[in-house]
Amino acid sequence: MSQEEDKKAIQKFSQEHYEYGFHDDVQPIFSTGIGLTEDTVREISRRKNEPQWMLDIRLNAYHQYLKMKLPDFGPDLSKLDLSQLRYFQRPTDHVARSWADVPEEMKTTFEKMGVPEAERQYLAGATAQYESEVVYANLKRDLSRHGIIFMDTDTAVQKYPEIVKKYFATLVHPDDNIFAALNTAVWSGGTFIYVPKGVHADEPLQSFFRINAENTGQFERTLIVVDEDASVNYVEGCTAPVYSEDSLHAAVVEVFVKPRGFCRYTTIQNWSPNVYSLETKRAVADENAVMEWVDGNLGSKVTMKYPSVYLRGRGAKGTMLSIAFANGKVVDQDTGARMIHQAPDTSSTIISKSLCRAGGVCDYRGEVKMDENAHGSSSHVECDTIIMDDDSSSDTIPLNKVAVGDVAMEHEAKVSKVSEEELYYLMSRGLSEEAATKMIVMGFIEPFTKQLPMEYAVELNRLIDFQMEGSVG
Amino acid sequence: MTLVVKNLHAKVKESGEEILKGVDLTVPTGEVHAIMGPNGNGKSTLVSTIMGYPAYEVTAGSVTFDGEDVLNKSVTERARMGMFLGMQYPAEIPGVKNVDFIRQAMNATQPDGKPVPVMQFLQELNEAKELLQMPDDITDRYLNVGFSGGEKKRNEVLQMMMLKPKLAILDEIDSGLDIDALRIVANGINHMRTPQFSALLITHYERLLEYVKPDRVLVMVDGRVVQSGGPELADELEEGGYAKFEQLRKDGVHE
Repeated sequence: MSQEEDKKAIQKFSQEHYEYGFHDDVQPIFSTGIGLTEDTVREISRRKNEPQWMLDIRLNAYHQYLKMKLPDFGPDLSKLDLSQLRYFQRPTDHVARSWADVPEEMKTTFEKMGVPEAERQYLAGATAQYESEVVYANLKRDLSRHGIIFMDTDTAVQKYPEIVKKYFATLVHPDDNIFAALNTAVWSGGTFIYVPKGVHADEPLQSFFRINAENTGQFERTLIVVDEDASVNYVEGCTAPVYSEDSLHAAVVEVFVKPRGFCRYTTIQNWSPNVYSLETKRAVADENAVMEWVDGNLGSKVTMKYPSVYLRGRGAKGTMLSIAFANGKVVDQDTGARMIHQAPDTSSTIISKSLCRAGGVCDYRGEVKMDENAHGSSSHVECDTIIMDDDSSSDTIPLNKVAVGDVAMEHEAKVSKVSEEELYYLMSRGLSEEAATKMIVMGFIEPFTKQLPMEYAVELNRLIDFQMEGSVG
Repeated sequence: MTLVVKNLHAKVKESGEEILKGVDLTVPTGEVHAIMGPNGNGKSTLVSTIMGYPAYEVTAGSVTFDGEDVLNKSVTERARMGMFLGMQYPAEIPGVKNVDFIRQAMNATQPDGKPVPVMQFLQELNEAKELLQMPDDITDRYLNVGFSGGEKKRNEVLQMMMLKPKLAILDEIDSGLDIDALRIVANGINHMRTPQFSALLITHYERLLEYVKPDRVLVMVDGRVVQSGGPELADELEEGGYAKFEQLRKDGVHE
């Protein structure tokens, strides 16, 4: 009840403010065309007026990229033709399709989820640009009073080159994997956050109203630095399905949490089913620092994503809480986490929840590593999967490497169907089979939803509710 | 709203084992009947079959409620007809708050299909919790998860009080309860008693029946009702135990 009211208030608020924040300026259309050469990379950098050091990073990554191969594990990527992609285009030249061309299914989903009218067009790919400058500017003012820097990464390169230069690509090296190399060569957009020593960002920072042309793109590059004793809670993404012309999204995220700092990074993604989402997300936690990933993956064709935390200071903590929902034959969710314990008394927790139905595939792929300095460290891994029907499947692929004796590691994995006992119990109280199934599924992902900001939780519940419709009998 | 069970036969789907071998009973509107008998003679199977538990298969006989055939209806439909089964081992549902579940169940079983206003719901819930002496936060916890045996039983009675069924079947609602808890649970059941409400209680012990006076007592052995009588039958059983029925079982109860 109160959730409903909150949601309504949020909608009303956002609709009112969108009126003022809506931009539809025509910008010069620019694209580097199809394919990737060294010239493309130089052109991107030139267009952005980047300093030489950034161009050097890009070129180095580009040459690295040429030497690398697609991953030899996980989902089939053979249909992904990297030579046929468009590597850079200004946000405004994304081809907008008319609202009439948006599939009925997607429109119905927006309707049922209660996505504000104004957002629907953008999410469906029917509007190219979408911003809320007025509100966004107010938010920025509040933040800057506390010395918090929150902007897109391109702007940060211009305005805060010394910070960007110090951290950029130092955690995710271009030679880490082919998509990291590619991203480093052609990156554009993404979020940059710096929280100074001792500052606590009270409110969650989000790409305000969740969608902002400056922050989105195929090769986003996000960099977050949380200084000593500081904290931040960053939320990105969108529960609603997002239509994308681009078939590949290869983002890179680097997070640095300094001693006693705290960072929670919440992502929700629901790409249209033509998208390969291949991301590299990595964080490093110093002494007694805490890094939390909260990660929800709902759509796409293929998702490969294994956020990691390098626990390199004594007492550092890393957690990963994720859900993956593979709904439909084309969907392959290959997700997990990596916790690398490099210092004594570090601890990590991975809780991975997966749902698959209608032929979807959900695999957990995770790694916990305790190196020779990880004395007294502990790790707890829990993988829970519900397979909704016989057409869907799931695998758990954990990898543990331990180089010291005095550590504790636990791994629990459970794959189940929706329990007949539970269904019977709920139905014996008058719930339909469908309502009972939904209730069990919502309960299953509740540990995840309760960590989300209100409007995301409400939408996620509605989305899953809606997608489960007609799933039984 | 009379429950009529005629010559009911049922087997375990998976093993094919026949458990119910011709049960006959009638619970008229407004009456409370108790089924007693030693363990393993089909009492729980009977009530689960009446409610539609999918692991059992009816092979012969009929069950009607208010003259309507029950056996061709889904579990959901049976509940919406006004039948309620308080289970011996209620399922635990992680992540689903007790209060949310009760609310949804209550809305699903409203005869007019209209949701119950929130304030009314909360008021009724608080009154029922108070009567059952349940801690306030019990409804904020996940449904049955981590509940003690006694809490689960009370929670079943709480649901019954909220859903207000026409017929409540309570399967060993007294097992594992100490005397104080037993009194409280009995109090909850008595609270429901009106000329429109009927109940079928499954119990081993006569003690529950001291607090909830039954109109009829039935004894079930080897998948059939072998004896019935007034409330005094329960006292006889308390004194004589089930020994004579055990003999019946060994000899077989077939005429």
